[in-house]
Amino acid sequence: MNLESLSRLDRRWIFLAVGLLVILPLAFGFHIAPVEPSPRSRGFYDAIEKLPEGSTVLLSGDYDPSTIAENYPMHLAAARHLMRRNMKIIALALYPAGPPLTDQVLHLVGAEFGKKEGVDYVNLGYKTGNELVMSSMGSSIPRTFPVDRRGIPVADIPVMKGIHNYEQFSLLVNVSAGFPGTKEWVQQVVSRYHLPMVAGVTAVSAPEYYPYLQTGQLHGLLGGMAGAAEYEALIERPALAMRGMDAQSLAHVFIALMILLGNLAFLGKKPARKA
Amino acid sequence: MKREIPILITLITGLFCLVGFFVPHPFVRLLYDDIQQWVIVIVGATYVLGVANLLRINMHQVSQKSPDWPYKIVLLAGLLGMMAIGFSEGVRYADDGSKFQWMYNRVYSPMSATMFALLAFFIASAAFRAFRIRSFEALLLAIAAFILMIGRVPIGNAIHPIIPAAADWLMEVPQNAAKRGILIGAALGVMATGIRLILGMEKTYGSGEGSS
Amino acid sequence: MTVLAVFAAEAGAFPLEAKDTPNDGGKSVTLTWAPPAEHPAHWTLVRRERGGAFAPVATLDGALARYVDEAAALTNGASYEYQLVADPADPPRDSEVSLPVVPSPDWLDSTKANVLVVTGLFFIVLFFTINQAHRGRRWTFRKIPGLVAIEEAIGRATEMGKGVLYIPGVQDIDDIQTIASMILLAQVSRLTAKYETKLSVPTNSPAVYTVADEVVKSGYQDVGRADAYQGDMVRYLTSEQFAYVAAVNGMMLRERPAANLLLGAFFAESLLLAETGHSIGAIQIAGTANVHQMPFFVVACDYTLIGEEYYAASALLSNDALLLGSLKAADTVKLVLIIVIALGCVLATLGNPSLGNWFSTQ
Repeated sequence: MNLESLSRLDRRWIFLAVGLLVILPLAFGFHIAPVEPSPRSRGFYDAIEKLPEGSTVLLSGDYDPSTIAENYPMHLAAARHLMRRNMKIIALALYPAGPPLTDQVLHLVGAEFGKKEGVDYVNLGYKTGNELVMSSMGSSIPRTFPVDRRGIPVADIPVMKGIHNYEQFSLLVNVSAGFPGTKEWVQQVVSRYHLPMVAGVTAVSAPEYYPYLQTGQLHGLLGGMAGAAEYEALIERPALAMRGMDAQSLAHVFIALMILLGNLAFLGKKPARKA
Repeated sequence: MKREIPILITLITGLFCLVGFFVPHPFVRLLYDDIQQWVIVIVGATYVLGVANLLRINMHQVSQKSPDWPYKIVLLAGLLGMMAIGFSEGVRYADDGSKFQWMYNRVYSPMSATMFALLAFFIASAAFRAFRIRSFEALLLAIAAFILMIGRVPIGNAIHPIIPAAADWLMEVPQNAAKRGILIGAALGVMATGIRLILGMEKTYGSGEGSS
Repeated sequence: MTVLAVFAAEAGAFPLEAKDTPNDGGKSVTLTWAPPAEHPAHWTLVRRERGGAFAPVATLDGALARYVDEAAALTNGASYEYQLVADPADPPRDSEVSLPVVPSPDWLDSTKANVLVVTGLFFIVLFFTINQAHRGRRWTFRKIPGLVAIEEAIGRATEMGKGVLYIPGVQDIDDIQTIASMILLAQVSRLTAKYETKLSVPTNSPAVYTVADEVVKSGYQDVGRADAYQGDMVRYLTSEQFAYVAAVNGMMLRERPAANLLLGAFFAESLLLAETGHSIGAIQIAGTANVHQMPFFVVACDYTLIGEEYYAASALLSNDALLLGSLKAADTVKLVLIIVIALGCVLATLGNPSLGNWFSTQ
């Protein structure tokens, strides 16, 4: 294969290579390199770790099945960390398809730690309106979510007793896929109500939130599956994200190689003849 | 009047909401909070319009046997099927083991995740096809891209710890600075566009008229 | 909460300061005190309305130094007094009774003074530039290649006998990027009506569909081509992000438009759309203010409008003096902010962070 023919490479060969590089490590578990937590992940971990036991935390799972690979592991790990520290969890979702994922996380982790729905955690479900929901919760959470996802009035739910607005929370943990998500929570809630916040986001949107880390509006940030893997390492509970790291490592190396090959192919193209 | 009334409504509510951001007094706040509830209701109501449009167009294409009309039947079956399941199960749709949950876990969830997963393949092909180092700036961009791609995964730290450190520096210093600049510029653009709309200077999105 | 004696001591071991909570809607009192070195395990906060008897309000940790009383029982305009009572009971350790405090609502949130100043500055500069525009002043702005290319792209589609696909992003109508997209759609629809080019506008929100349909219809009416408007030009597909992408990609592969205009708020689907558009040989012009998607558009599209170029597009295309005046106002305020940022950096480096702190919103 010469450089010129490389420029005509059918992209389906590239697709095949990516597929194999992702599937093989997941199937056979290569363990290429250990995961080293970053300062951003440590910030996320420390923000939860230093809360007094029994604090009430708002957990917002603003994602749907499309970003399940990146957001679900960090949602699961956050729930594990919170329940291990006996926090009360008030959960919600601002994506219509989000509540079942929140249910899965809370039920799975709740069963691990012997927590009861309604007593130790509750899933308020989904409400349409994006930032308006966040703003409305600042006035009254029971008015914004009169019933939980199961249809039970929040006035009858033990864990919701005394919860009126953001004043009753010690921390906001946001797992976000985009909009509405971390930026909106920072603008609507952190800036107005000064509630400490940590966020887990998709890798492509993580750079957007670095300014908020630097200003202290976010105390910690998990970026993509790598961030989730770092957090799993910190809570000493390797799970879904850790398993995906080998595949991600190989895929990243491959894409870097594709940039090089693409430019080599471009250089190898014969220049057009002048008339 | 057909043109002036929407502009007047936009002006009054726009200015009121702008003022409401700065005024905590209940005289303003109570109505401000209520307006937010109204928007939630209105947005919810538009879904009825949307479903009606979907049904109208696709049923028409099925009746006319337009190209690919069998796929329209699949679309309509999926739409009506999920709605029927959801309505029939009522509030129990959220229970474990419900049909709605089955459809969500076995159909909707894998399909959504699959579409997002396509990005990995498209990024690889776009990197090969379109990322051309034609200038010095593009070369700098390529070097930064290499450092970041390798530094963001465990293999980077395994090669040498300076790689993730360099990746962190790139993200926290030059990337952050440039991003802040773009964000400030975009925020001013949002302000300018918003003020143009509130003051009625921009009416092209309304009916039948150009801008002022 | 423990039951207390009706009369609490007036004099106490330490002062208790009670103030109306600032920057709020009223019915809130902020209490601050310096807890004594040897404090009890808990305090019981008691409150009385002037002339009434003390009643418990809350039980507080002994080490606390601040509390905000927002009880529903508080009434704006009424006068209240507070005291901290040691729990377990030990009257010599109780605080003094606070001076009377009257909770009241505020008309201005002073913590947002910085936002108010910049917003006010923007309005002042805007009205000045509008005034200048009315007097005939004209400003010039740099050419943005992506905007020039829009009409060329539509012309190319007309020559090839193919259509134009206009994708207004994936956000709802309340997003400013979508509104900006509707403004651009109006101008694009006038061009497609004039050139008799097929236009398709798939939307992912019923509200956007409603507005887009009206905009396109109006655009065709504006150039006297109401007869050429067709009801299925604008379609609502689905609100689900990736289902929308799959549907739009299907439209691209079936209808093979010659020009793709991706103008609005985009997220992860941007590269999926742009790569598919490239594979069918369409000329692609993208515009978004979502910074995280810009790299994908820059790589995969022929032209990209970045951030405020996208917001400026409607004003630049219209060439309307007043709209261009608003762009000038935005540029002027940006220049002021650049100077302030530079000044703030210098001051902070010299050890004076006051300017930066004033701009802080937290």
